[in-house]
Amino acid sequence: MNKNILGVDVPESISGLGNLKAFNGKRFSGTAHEMPNIKNPDQRMSKIVDNLESAIHLSGLKDGMTISFHHHFRNGDYIVNLVLEAVAKLGIKNLTVASSSLTDIHRPMIDHIKNGVVYRIETSGLRGELANQISHGLMEVPIVFRSHGGRAYSIASGELKIDVAFLGVPSTDLFGNANGFSREGDNSSACGSLGYAMVDAKYADKVVLLSNNIVPYPNTPCAIPQTDVDYIVEIDAIGDPKGIMSGATRYSTNPKELMIAKAAADVMEASGYFEDGFSFQTGTGGSSLAVTRFLKEKMIRKGIKANFALGGITSQIVKLHEEGFIRKLLDVQSFDQDAVDSTLKNEFHHIVDAHFYAGPGVEGAAVDQLDMVVLSALEIDVNFNVNVLTGSDGVIRGAVGGHPDTSAGAKLAIIVAPLVRGRIPSILDRVNTICTPGMTVDVLVTEQGIAVNPARPDLIERLNAAGIKTETIEALKAKAEKIVGHPNPIEYGDKIVGVVTFRDGSVIDVIRQVSR
Amino acid sequence: MFVPGNNPGLMADAHIYGPDALMFDLEDSVKLSEKDSARFLVYQALKTIDYGDIEKVVRVNPLNTPYGKADIEAMVFAGADIIRLPKSETAQDVIEVDEWITECEKKAGLEPGSVGMMAAIESGLGILNVLSIAQASPRLIGIAIGAEDFVTDLKTTRSPGGSELFTARSMLVFAARAAGIAVLDTVFADVNDDEGFRREVETIKQLGFDGKSVINPRQIAPVVEIFTPTAKEIEHAERVVEAIKEAEEKGLGVISLNGKMIDKPVVDRAQRVLKMAMAAGVI
Amino acid sequence: MEIKKASTAGTLESSDIMILLDRGENGIDIELKSSVLYQFGDQIRAVIEQTLLEAGVHNVKVVATDRGALDCTIKARVLTALHRAVETTDYKWGV
Repeated sequence: MNKNILGVDVPESISGLGNLKAFNGKRFSGTAHEMPNIKNPDQRMSKIVDNLESAIHLSGLKDGMTISFHHHFRNGDYIVNLVLEAVAKLGIKNLTVASSSLTDIHRPMIDHIKNGVVYRIETSGLRGELANQISHGLMEVPIVFRSHGGRAYSIASGELKIDVAFLGVPSTDLFGNANGFSREGDNSSACGSLGYAMVDAKYADKVVLLSNNIVPYPNTPCAIPQTDVDYIVEIDAIGDPKGIMSGATRYSTNPKELMIAKAAADVMEASGYFEDGFSFQTGTGGSSLAVTRFLKEKMIRKGIKANFALGGITSQIVKLHEEGFIRKLLDVQSFDQDAVDSTLKNEFHHIVDAHFYAGPGVEGAAVDQLDMVVLSALEIDVNFNVNVLTGSDGVIRGAVGGHPDTSAGAKLAIIVAPLVRGRIPSILDRVNTICTPGMTVDVLVTEQGIAVNPARPDLIERLNAAGIKTETIEALKAKAEKIVGHPNPIEYGDKIVGVVTFRDGSVIDVIRQVSR
Repeated sequence: MFVPGNNPGLMADAHIYGPDALMFDLEDSVKLSEKDSARFLVYQALKTIDYGDIEKVVRVNPLNTPYGKADIEAMVFAGADIIRLPKSETAQDVIEVDEWITECEKKAGLEPGSVGMMAAIESGLGILNVLSIAQASPRLIGIAIGAEDFVTDLKTTRSPGGSELFTARSMLVFAARAAGIAVLDTVFADVNDDEGFRREVETIKQLGFDGKSVINPRQIAPVVEIFTPTAKEIEHAERVVEAIKEAEEKGLGVISLNGKMIDKPVVDRAQRVLKMAMAAGVI
Repeated sequence: MEIKKASTAGTLESSDIMILLDRGENGIDIELKSSVLYQFGDQIRAVIEQTLLEAGVHNVKVVATDRGALDCTIKARVLTALHRAVETTDYKWGV
């Protein structure tokens, strides 16, 4: 028998209930925000700590742990570099960095790798000098590449255990209710959706928010709820607005890209999936985005509307939604200011997290409801495998993103690409890196011909019936090689510098060090 | 569609946009120090790249420059379909080129007369001589106007309405029809002015031109659209042809449709409409 | 053909190749930089060499800077540089 702090006799255990804990007068069950008395009437509760070093210390970050970041700030992100610099100064080493993606601005990570601060990396993509050096063997442990859905799933299942998540947010209140934009105060660093960050916030052991914009409580409705957040650090800037966001994404005026886009839209129209209530997703630039422009004309002509668009949301998709052509938008990443504004003002422009968007589990994801997706590619091979990660010279310079997720989920997956880019053919015997397996890719659309995966005779029939000529992918490859010649395959060494995982974490391909 | 002769990037896939002809330029778009470069580049491109059914036209430098003779010889050997002569002012200009082409065809072992010619008129004198130019050679399949140099010769400038070109355009059409050859209009420089471009194409179509030179793939679709006969025009043309067939079967001398007599001009027009429609792929 | 002076042809623009020819003694000596070196380096060298051999040139120094030029462009630029180096306008078409 124990007496609790109020003098009540509390049995140590009761049969059927197990062990009992005696009330000890403490307010919180965890160790954070410990207060001497149960009530402190003079002080409002807050999770804001003095500085980043303080937050790192309180989070209990130690050597060998895993930290995570999101990439909603794209090439304007300051967070990763800021946190790694602070972590390095504190002498912490051998960390696993699990960012939803990395880009040119994360070049300083090269030094942290050389100094032993960063031991290994998990990401959707790599660019710039960091990617170049990793391709040339900078790291001992290979990079683990995951798709957006694959990363979310591995976090939710516990395969990727995040010890501390450092999440930059454009607005938060003192308790951690955070958004990708701000309804008051400074909205210049807005990013719209926080789809990748929301998963980290939910599952990481400790969550640290970094923001330049603390707003009054409660910052609701919110993307990240206070219950997910442990500490908050106020900083001067979370990112460069010019790198985070463009003004508005415009349709391409490049005649070749428009030719490809029109051909892709014709394929979508003839596919059998172009009916009232259909759904679609496109990439955010070049030919894939321009498809939307031609699709609109066809929707008007047929008098149909789309039930939802998924993505990757840009101003062009928002415009279609506001004009009534798309009933609902599901947004995991907002690409321009118009998309951000739309999340604020349009009721049916809904922010979803990466798990909801593309998780591969039986619980289902939005991609499983998708009718048609249009994606670009660096390379595609005669088995319809797609490479969006390594360049034609074998060096890492892209990101897996949601490519494999959307291809697997959508009923019709269309890849758009020019037949050649300068002297580089887009169609090869074997791509340098398989990111999306050919078994999930249905159609390749180039400006000089369309190839349908032989596993889809139903599509071949429907397209031909609509007067759309199709040919074999081998024939398209021959066309390309007639123009540029047959390229020598890239030579690689033995060392594996990257492991490319499929949505479920299984290995779909490996990237070896380029041998020069 | 016009393709500058010293730009390898553009030459490789200019044909994918589906123009009826590609005009490779060795003349005004190529600076003097690069005339030889352009000649070699276009020569190799014509010999190597598969341009499909698209007509291969090369605008060469005039014979009174250090480049003209070599240009023409190279392009005949390269397999160009048509040599386009700029700044044609007299029938003699055409005849001299014709004679040189004949010699080059011989050297290259080609059937004499296999290479065609086009003449571009770019001056007041040229317009005044346009009929004799148009009739100067059996090789000549068409004439065109080059507006920029033309208005300079007239000591004026180009205007949106094109009044300064009106007479020249009309005379070009008269001569072309009298000689039984094709007539093409000049380029429209402002690629971003869709409205202005369409207006000009409508205008020259009404004047009787067979087509237009374009400088950007974006300009191709509007030309095809405006020149393609409408469904109504095609339907009417088909009925005219039907009526002719019927009359022939019945051995009638006079052909009528809807109570109106059909005479030769109507028949010719109908046949031309159907030919256009077939070329545009709509029937 | 005898090379009288060093000469160049072509530009550094995308899809073009810049060729510099000069007198040489060690056969056809090609120094190549290319944006597609790993994929097409061999082929580019072969085209340059073959073009020179067909023109009757066996000793020459070539410095080539390639930005993804197609074979026909390479051939054209080599021949242009060659004719400038030899200072001839005696073209032999049809070869």
